[in-house]
Amino acid sequence: MSKLVIKYVWELPVRVTHWLNMVAILTLTATGLLIAHPMTLAGSPSQFVMGWIRFVHFVAAYMFAISLASRIYWSLVGNRYSSWRTFFPYLNPEDRQQMWATLRYYTFLSRKLPHVVGHNSVAAAAYSLVFLLYLGMICTGFALYSEHAPGGFYALTFGQLRHLFSNQTLRLLHHCFMWLLLGFAIQHVYSCWLMDIKERGGIISSMFSGYKSVEED
Amino acid sequence: MDNNGYDDKKSAAEQHYDFPQMLAERGVSRREFMKFCSAMSAALALPVTFAPKIAQALDEVKRPTLVWLEFQSCTGDTEALLRAASPTVAEIVLDILSVDYAETIMTAAGHLAEANLDKVVKEEKGKYIAVVEGSIPLKDGGVYCCIAGKTALERATEVCGGAFATIAVGTCASYGGLPAAAPNPTGAVGVKEAVPGATVLNLPGCPLNADNLTATIVHFLLFKKLPATDGFGRPLFAYGKRIHDNCERRPHFDAGQYVEKWGDEGHRKGFCLYRMGCKGPETYHNCPSQRYNEKTSWPVASGHGCAGCSEPMFWDRMTPLYRRLPNVPGFGIESTADKIGLGLAVGTAAIFAGHGIISAVRGEDKMEGKKREDLKHDKDRR
Repeated sequence: MSKLVIKYVWELPVRVTHWLNMVAILTLTATGLLIAHPMTLAGSPSQFVMGWIRFVHFVAAYMFAISLASRIYWSLVGNRYSSWRTFFPYLNPEDRQQMWATLRYYTFLSRKLPHVVGHNSVAAAAYSLVFLLYLGMICTGFALYSEHAPGGFYALTFGQLRHLFSNQTLRLLHHCFMWLLLGFAIQHVYSCWLMDIKERGGIISSMFSGYKSVEED
Repeated sequence: MDNNGYDDKKSAAEQHYDFPQMLAERGVSRREFMKFCSAMSAALALPVTFAPKIAQALDEVKRPTLVWLEFQSCTGDTEALLRAASPTVAEIVLDILSVDYAETIMTAAGHLAEANLDKVVKEEKGKYIAVVEGSIPLKDGGVYCCIAGKTALERATEVCGGAFATIAVGTCASYGGLPAAAPNPTGAVGVKEAVPGATVLNLPGCPLNADNLTATIVHFLLFKKLPATDGFGRPLFAYGKRIHDNCERRPHFDAGQYVEKWGDEGHRKGFCLYRMGCKGPETYHNCPSQRYNEKTSWPVASGHGCAGCSEPMFWDRMTPLYRRLPNVPGFGIESTADKIGLGLAVGTAAIFAGHGIISAVRGEDKMEGKKREDLKHDKDRR
């Protein structure tokens, strides 16, 4: 006979980087769209509207990159729910089975919701792809950023991408990745809402508090 | 201006190289010449103290031989060089080079002209400068461009391979340019790709800015070596900075004032052309400071965005010229990344809204195993 216990699942760095990512992505999307489709917002050439928009974009980009680097570091030293292993559920048979069960639940083929404490395995698999998008965003972003200073640090590192892709291809990728991330964000908010109702584990509040109500093992 | 101490004892040939006299004959004063030397030191990003050294180098110069080869080109680069309205010091600097072969301007023709070229390649091996204009076709054995019975590749291999250095003028000679645009029917490439062993300096641009060629030659005469280059083989003095960073419309970009439609109020007021697809932010060239046709103007000054003509494969990579982003491959010409992205976002939202409605009306789900069921029953029993 099991009973519900309050379990500490999401450690502080996991929660902080999660919300930093959200703030960064929203800021980067808003400023990024204004950079891609600039509007005449200034009345005089001595104003600095686009200058500030780009400044905010670059600061948010640094924040996002540092947040992601911290989260990657935490996936090596954090608890089992934040470990990098959790993001590759297709690598072990038990998780594969759970993934299948979750997919069947999502597609209304089954009414059985697998019991999970950390990430459910379908979400975790999706996050590993989202991480790749993040990396793509950071690499293309810094490659484009590097163009103002040829010979500088970013030109010598991320800027080398310009030898693989043309500038315009980098811009297009940077732009398309943004839309993919927005698509992910819609899905993510919906899935959390759904799981909050269906699992009754308080998954949404757990991202603030770190605690989830789960059954005792 | 006197003839600077040169007397009649000098042979005719020596007199021919007498630079001060050449200037005098063309009516260029010493003052104008010194102004030119200062301008060149500025173009090469050298301290102004180099101006007298440039003057000295040009005064004392031994005639270097130069051959000008033309392949798949529109002769636009030759035009850029020759079309000056009045004789300039720059032209005279180019005159001191012994131009032994140049299809467009040489008087010799046929086998006599080819004999001149052969003579340079044989007798001045490793000493002459080769200038190449136009791309080199490689497809089908190079049959698409043959001169004097030889393919462009054979001629380039022979002439550029034996040169002290090759200057590729214009985007075609540098990276293939327009002839290499997709689908590249002739397999056109730039000089460095066609003759990997040659020492090549690229001066891309469509056309090249003749001032940059003059400055390169002055650099060569002064230092006896080629200027430092970037990753695409372009000299840093001319291609080290983005157009965007030196653009006269940059304050409008930073302020947030954009041309939104051709001929609108912003366009008439000279606002930034970024929104109209200007490729200045990704193009490295000194157009804003050097300008074209004796510093008369350049595209952005005349109200047209930069086409990115000094970047490799600009015809394929910088198009569409009047939009910020390229078209998404696989979708129609008119579909932009944003329309597809918005469709994706709305589609995702719609799918999950549907999923949510179905989940809501579906009622109670079972948790895994009996655990939750048991809990529920326990509670009910109580």
